[in-house]
Amino acid sequence: MKRWIVLALACLAISPVWSAAPVRIGSKAFTESVILGEVARLAARQAGVAAEHKRELGGTSILWSALQHGDIDAYPEYTGTITHELLKNLAPDADIPTLRAALKPLGIGITDSLGFNDTYAIGMREDRAAQLGISRISDLLPHPDLRLGLSNEFMDRSDGWPGLRQRYGLPQTQVRGLDHALSYRALASNAVDAIDLYSTDAEIPYYHLRTLDDDRHYFPHYDAIFLYRLSLEQSSPEFVKALQALSGRIGEDAMRQMNAMVKLHGEKETVVAAAFLGVQPDSDGASFWSRLLQRTVEHLRLVLVSLIAAVLLAVPLGVFAARSRRLGQIVMALTGVLQTIPSLAMFVFMIPLFGIGTWPAVAALFLYSLLPIVRNTYTGLVGIPPDLRESAAALGLPRGVRLRRVELPMALRSILAGVKTAAVINVGTATLGALIGAGGYGQPIVTGIRLDDIGLILEGAIPAALMALAVQGLFEGIEHWLTPRGMRLEARQ
Amino acid sequence: MQNASNAPTEAAFEVNRVSKRYGSIVALDDVSLSFPRGSTTALIGSSGSGKSTLLRLLLGLEWPDRGEVKVDGHVLEKAQVLALRRRTGYVIQDGGLFPHLTALGNLGLLPYHLGWSRDRIRSRAEELAALTDLAQDVLERYPAELSGGQRQRVALMRGLMLNPDALLLDEPLGALDPIVRHELQDQLKSIFDQLGKTVIVVTHDVAEAAWLADRLVLMRNGKVVQDGRLEDLQQRPVDPFVTHFVQAQRTLQRPSA
Repeated sequence: MKRWIVLALACLAISPVWSAAPVRIGSKAFTESVILGEVARLAARQAGVAAEHKRELGGTSILWSALQHGDIDAYPEYTGTITHELLKNLAPDADIPTLRAALKPLGIGITDSLGFNDTYAIGMREDRAAQLGISRISDLLPHPDLRLGLSNEFMDRSDGWPGLRQRYGLPQTQVRGLDHALSYRALASNAVDAIDLYSTDAEIPYYHLRTLDDDRHYFPHYDAIFLYRLSLEQSSPEFVKALQALSGRIGEDAMRQMNAMVKLHGEKETVVAAAFLGVQPDSDGASFWSRLLQRTVEHLRLVLVSLIAAVLLAVPLGVFAARSRRLGQIVMALTGVLQTIPSLAMFVFMIPLFGIGTWPAVAALFLYSLLPIVRNTYTGLVGIPPDLRESAAALGLPRGVRLRRVELPMALRSILAGVKTAAVINVGTATLGALIGAGGYGQPIVTGIRLDDIGLILEGAIPAALMALAVQGLFEGIEHWLTPRGMRLEARQ
Repeated sequence: MQNASNAPTEAAFEVNRVSKRYGSIVALDDVSLSFPRGSTTALIGSSGSGKSTLLRLLLGLEWPDRGEVKVDGHVLEKAQVLALRRRTGYVIQDGGLFPHLTALGNLGLLPYHLGWSRDRIRSRAEELAALTDLAQDVLERYPAELSGGQRQRVALMRGLMLNPDALLLDEPLGALDPIVRHELQDQLKSIFDQLGKTVIVVTHDVAEAAWLADRLVLMRNGKVVQDGRLEDLQQRPVDPFVTHFVQAQRTLQRPSA
């Protein structure tokens, strides 16, 4: 019993600590959005408003729902995305006053254009395009064998690939989904012939790319703006004023320049944003070790909170499944179905319920942890020899005592093995939490993929792998410590 | 079992016309038997004759499809089962010891739940160790570290911890080698004589049954074939099967050429 108390206290010691939140700015998981998020944060600081930047929160749907639920207060968006993705009953070329009127009933405000249009474009290597004589999108028509590498978001959204293909009648069949940050690499190494890109991407001159002319005017305007919660006009009018003051200040060149500083010259987003605003960047006091410590705490918190909650539910479920086999099969089938949900989808499903940040990630990891623990509890209990089960009954021990003093101790090894499996899986899966603002080791991985920075990816991947090994070792120790000696002995014949 | 004041009954256990089947297999078929208080009875018969099932009915580990089980003259009900089990020791073939507990842990499991102190548990365990001729240091060992004979001694001690009124033993010596078995037969006999409890022991060994008990109940296919003393079975068999079963036990001799 004492051992269990020690274990529980150890877990509590690493449980979450919350603090009051300042204005929260979100950004999507690509560089321009992160830079704009930093610009907004520094502009807020300049105006004397405490603000924090939750960076790289995955894609549009995550940011939009987080804004509506009040998990974030503002984030940079593009007008074309609003008309095509978010408010579907608007004309695709609706102007900003129209958008403003349409967003108002949702409690969302919109600034005027920041000063640049970041529209989609199709790009090819200059040499390849010249060789094939392609300069407009309609020039692609006679080349059905060209291989397209399109960002996953572009592939899926209605103003992306499906519409483009229809408008031009494009014949290409070799279309692959790629992460946008990787697609330039793919193009440069001739793995694909054409990719989608943003007109402010820094890589266009760097990789000597030709952007194809949109001769049938398919791509709409993507004027950069900030969306914010209208309630800020009461709670933090200075912040809204600071956001609005950014309108018209960022031209296409300025944006491409800032993108290049980050993506090609390895500057930090905050340094670039500060230089643009003409303010001092925050002293970036966080050393490698303190960053690592912070991420470790975040990561451990995700894994432990979800794991403890899962143990508390899954062990009773496993006991129930072992008692009532038929209902038990249903319980196990349900937890099995949970296991088949792809992890990124699971994280996104949790956002409407729990917002963004730690809790939706904990909830997703919790659901993933159920199956191994329920199954191993069930297996452990069912595997107890019937004569021992009956011996306990014949002694005159009540059911609860039999469970606690005989059956669970005998099944303990199997249960702990299930918890270990769940924990190790959680350590890996938790890295995806970074995409919904949960932090942890996934953060440098997401940033590293975006910036094509292997070092940064390893900064997250190596500690995650080490933590998985440590968890494995820890549980083997716990198993050894908690398993009664008699259960480890081979029976004497 | 202290209901001598009203409706005094001599029977500790009684079954009236009980039947029990598992699917298509008939385990007990209209069996009536009475076990007087303080008597020692051996249930004998081949495997599958229903003797173990009968024992399990007496503890409420199984319930009859038809007929009634009476304990101390009262029909057994589910609500009384825990109390009944606590005043009845039960020992099975492999001992049924819990591998995660030491011998002492096994002995103390129920008493501890009932609020006994550790000291009281230990002194009772030492008392019983003396009775069953078990070395004291064996109490600290785990079941996996015990010999077959030691395991059965500990199992018997576990059945005796609360000083029960009755002992039910299901092939208690079935898994032991001949020397240990012989030694334990002697000990069991002397323990039964010392304690004077109601004892029902299931075995398929006629010699063992006759050594341990005065009364032999021979069962076959869920029915009682004959109920009596060894001499009755030998000299006044009711059925050729009785003779066949009793003589099937080989005495020490060379096969003749």
